[in-house]
Amino acid sequence: MNGVHDMGGMHGFGPVTPEANEPVFHAPWEGRVLALRRAVGAWRRWNIDAGRHTIETLPPAEYLRLSYYEKWFESTIKLVLGAGLVTQRELETGRRDPAVPVATPPLTADKVLPAIMAGGPTLRETSATPRFAAGQAVRARDINPVGHTRLPRYVRGRRGTIECDHGAHVFPDSNARFDGENPQYLYTVRFEARELWGEAANPADAVYLDLWEGYLDVV
Amino acid sequence: MAHDHDHSHHRDHDHDHGQEMPDTALRVKALESLLVEKGLVDPAALDAIVDAYENKIGPRNGARIVARAWTDADYKARLMRDATAAIAEFGYSGAQGEHMVVVENTPTVHNLVVCTLCSCYPWPVLGLPPVWYKSSAYRSRAVIDPRGVLRDFGLSLPEDVAVRVWDSTAEIRYLVLPERPAGTDGLSAEALADLVTRDAMVGTAKVAGP
Repeated sequence: MNGVHDMGGMHGFGPVTPEANEPVFHAPWEGRVLALRRAVGAWRRWNIDAGRHTIETLPPAEYLRLSYYEKWFESTIKLVLGAGLVTQRELETGRRDPAVPVATPPLTADKVLPAIMAGGPTLRETSATPRFAAGQAVRARDINPVGHTRLPRYVRGRRGTIECDHGAHVFPDSNARFDGENPQYLYTVRFEARELWGEAANPADAVYLDLWEGYLDVV
Repeated sequence: MAHDHDHSHHRDHDHDHGQEMPDTALRVKALESLLVEKGLVDPAALDAIVDAYENKIGPRNGARIVARAWTDADYKARLMRDATAAIAEFGYSGAQGEHMVVVENTPTVHNLVVCTLCSCYPWPVLGLPPVWYKSSAYRSRAVIDPRGVLRDFGLSLPEDVAVRVWDSTAEIRYLVLPERPAGTDGLSAEALADLVTRDAMVGTAKVAGP
């Protein structure tokens, strides 16, 4: 979707302001949000792409106003409601519906580090052959899907060069709508800064993106 | 769920002080209590997740990788060929670092990592991202004005040094291998790791000598 989250190349957000000696969390609730998100995610009622899409579909003004962990918190509420893990009434009252049996958490403390260490690899076996090869000129497709996509607006329609392929990876556009993993070859594509931003850009500079085969056309 | 007071002081490029937001803290606590009461999450697992990211998984991991690459040519070759496997030799793997690539800074090439669409970041080697990495300012400008962003960090690059920006919007995660600073010939890998900063491994800084 052409959302406010797709902000590469926008102006007006001011300078980057690093914080000296920044703590991992600025308040305990931030850590709890991270932990809740991971722990309730262990029910596997959604995937990482659907999770990202719930953040992108926050109203644009909210998206910009909320901090990172606030966005995670709001999207976690949307996810647990959408998955039926929690009802709206339970959320409002803060009390469990007594008609629903108490569950057994899939993620226990002893499983936390192994789960983190395993992660969620997205590389998949495929019998397909890659459509593009290193060095080949390509053009990012000029598409405007209304759902989740990882093709940023600022490269759409622009010419680039295939740097390498990374094998076939889960395709986020379909995975986010629970329409299958549909693995496709993923390529690192080099775009010259001048192709993206015009003649004022430094001719030596470039931006690299990892783009799925379906995002690319032959030139 | 409504936010009924003014949060305008709380932009994401400002510091993220949760104590200014008691309503959020209370709402998070309420959700945690409900999920625990329903048996959906184990509170001890929540503690273990927080502990992992506060105390076990952070930029010290990446610094060890960099120092090893600086001192062991065979390791560096493995790292550049298959970063995921070479990083796993140290026991670092998994969530948000399932597929790793290392990009090397040289006297003529400077690499910078961003995620313009969210805030993807190589957690197993750098831990959780800092607020500036997640800010709209960084995400919007890193691709169009990387040299200006670097100046925000106090780093001015000569025009003839090529800047390569890695917009990590898929599931490949990038770690910058910074240049080894001069005057460090006699240092051990452990002493070198102490010099390597998180920002140098994202590409917003160089590593300073001892």
